[in-house]
Amino acid sequence: MTEKIFTKDAWLETLQGLSGDYRVFIPVKDGDFHVFRLLEKGTRPDFEYQNTRLSPKGLVYPQSERMFEYSLDEKDPESNILKEDPKDYSSQAVVGIRPCDAHAFQIVKQNFDNPEYRDPWWVQHFESTTLVGLGCNEPCATCFCTAMGGGPFDEKGLDVLLYDLGETYLVKSLTDKGKDFLSKAEGGETAEEGKRKSAAELSSEAAKGMPEPRKVDPIREKTINDLFEAPFWENVAFACLNCGTCTFLCPTCWCFDIQDEVQGKQGDRIRNWDSCMFPLFTLHGSGHNPRDQKLQRVRQRFMHKLKYYVDKYDDGFQCSGCGRCVAFCPVNIDIREVLQLMSN
Amino acid sequence: MENPYLPYPVRIDDIVTETEDRNLKTFKFVFLNTEDEEKFAYTPGQFAELSIPGKGEIPIGIASSPTEKGFVAFTVNKVGLVSSHLHNMKNGDVMGIRGPLGNWYPWEDMEGKNVVIIGGGFAFTTLRSSIVYMVEAENRAKFKDIRVVYGARNPGMLLYRDELAAWEKRDDIEMYITVDGTDDPDWKYNVGFVPTITEQKITSADNAIAIVCGPPIMIKFTQPVLEKLGFPPERIILSLEMRMKCGIGICGRCNIGDKYVCKDGPVFSLAELKELPPEY
Repeated sequence: MTEKIFTKDAWLETLQGLSGDYRVFIPVKDGDFHVFRLLEKGTRPDFEYQNTRLSPKGLVYPQSERMFEYSLDEKDPESNILKEDPKDYSSQAVVGIRPCDAHAFQIVKQNFDNPEYRDPWWVQHFESTTLVGLGCNEPCATCFCTAMGGGPFDEKGLDVLLYDLGETYLVKSLTDKGKDFLSKAEGGETAEEGKRKSAAELSSEAAKGMPEPRKVDPIREKTINDLFEAPFWENVAFACLNCGTCTFLCPTCWCFDIQDEVQGKQGDRIRNWDSCMFPLFTLHGSGHNPRDQKLQRVRQRFMHKLKYYVDKYDDGFQCSGCGRCVAFCPVNIDIREVLQLMSN
Repeated sequence: MENPYLPYPVRIDDIVTETEDRNLKTFKFVFLNTEDEEKFAYTPGQFAELSIPGKGEIPIGIASSPTEKGFVAFTVNKVGLVSSHLHNMKNGDVMGIRGPLGNWYPWEDMEGKNVVIIGGGFAFTTLRSSIVYMVEAENRAKFKDIRVVYGARNPGMLLYRDELAAWEKRDDIEMYITVDGTDDPDWKYNVGFVPTITEQKITSADNAIAIVCGPPIMIKFTQPVLEKLGFPPERIILSLEMRMKCGIGICGRCNIGDKYVCKDGPVFSLAELKELPPEY
């Protein structure tokens, strides 16, 4: 573990200096919201932010990604044979990512990198990524990372953690990837005891007033069918518009669709984020649809996150408590309330 | 890194129109790279993604048996974009196959047991694979009595008619072929729905495993017949269908409860299904 102190101005210069080693992504203000953007000449990062509206999952798992390319030209001896589309696996660093969003990568890793199958694209994007987190001095009202096994300064899933000490950052490496990042980050001074103490204070101060960790046990002890048939789903689903905002913004929603797109005689097989909120998600060719009702789709989302995942992986909930779905749901459906209903 | 999304390139080697409505065709595929055939080692009950560049992929049960070498076969109903395109393809055309995917019928449990196969309509494909596999000389002794109930709407809608006739003639397999109705005066087999014929012909659940594959309505009415015969839910085996994309339990759409039909299935026992929500 290495700890260094950077003044905020020096930190920015350091990041710019890293552009030869990494594609550096930083939070940028765009309109009313923040978004992760590539740090280029003239890009102004804004680390005085709460969180990005869209989670940074797309940096490892793009919203649309070309899987394969192929020729449909009959004259081409290789026609109709799929070839991998080249992808950029050069090192990238996501600087300023919040601990909840780093935790989310650990959660979805269970899906994309499991003992039976490894998703080659997710795995290689993830392996080329260094997560440089920024602890949350002031978590927002919709945050509940502490309930989901994380915390405003939680180190799990991060390679480096930054403490905002006002004029300076204390920058702490947590993994080999993090150590490597910090060794390339020029400048900074060794962190003295006083700074380390203030960092620790920040961390305990931020967690004050945040929710207690939620145990999986009350949900684990119930059968899938008991929860599935519970009477509260009708109320939970009542206001839902099936707009899919929750699944789109969620850092732990991983479902995708695969589509072929053709232009002239050239085609690509592409995967796109998908959403269990849409009826097409489960529509059979025959016309049969096992989840053709709104209630079934709303129930699926919560059951997947709070029950199926829990049972399947023994690794907590499929939620990092970032609070985006709570903050942006147009009809105020609140996963914390659903968790409570399911736990009662 | 191994890429589970990359199909093996194959060539269409033969196309047989199976049914009189011409909506079901059997496609025989040959691997372009011969070593891929070994990599595609499969067990009856599994499925694969048929992959047509420019159109997409569809999950289809494997209709050939691993005892048949040199090709793999799939019987495809013309339903949507990919299957309709496939129906218009011709011998020699190149496409892809990705698999084998999913689990298979419980062959280890079936050894030393009587096997009852119940199929309806065009869901007979992996059952065909299973029958061919079981009656193969090297395998037949592993199983006791094999009884097959197979029904379709009318005689012209039965799949694999030549093979059905050949199995009829064998004395190591009992066939109960049936149709919902027919105006053919020469029809020499049964007339009646699959559950009814099952009730009449299958007299014992003794030391037996039942494999059921068919449209939901057939499964719904066959289930109580089998339970009445004394089949416990652990020995009633079903194969399910779902909309799928990845086929390897990652893309998230084909779940029933915490199980993915593509990876944990498509084969489930009724006992397993009773623990899961009825969302299929």
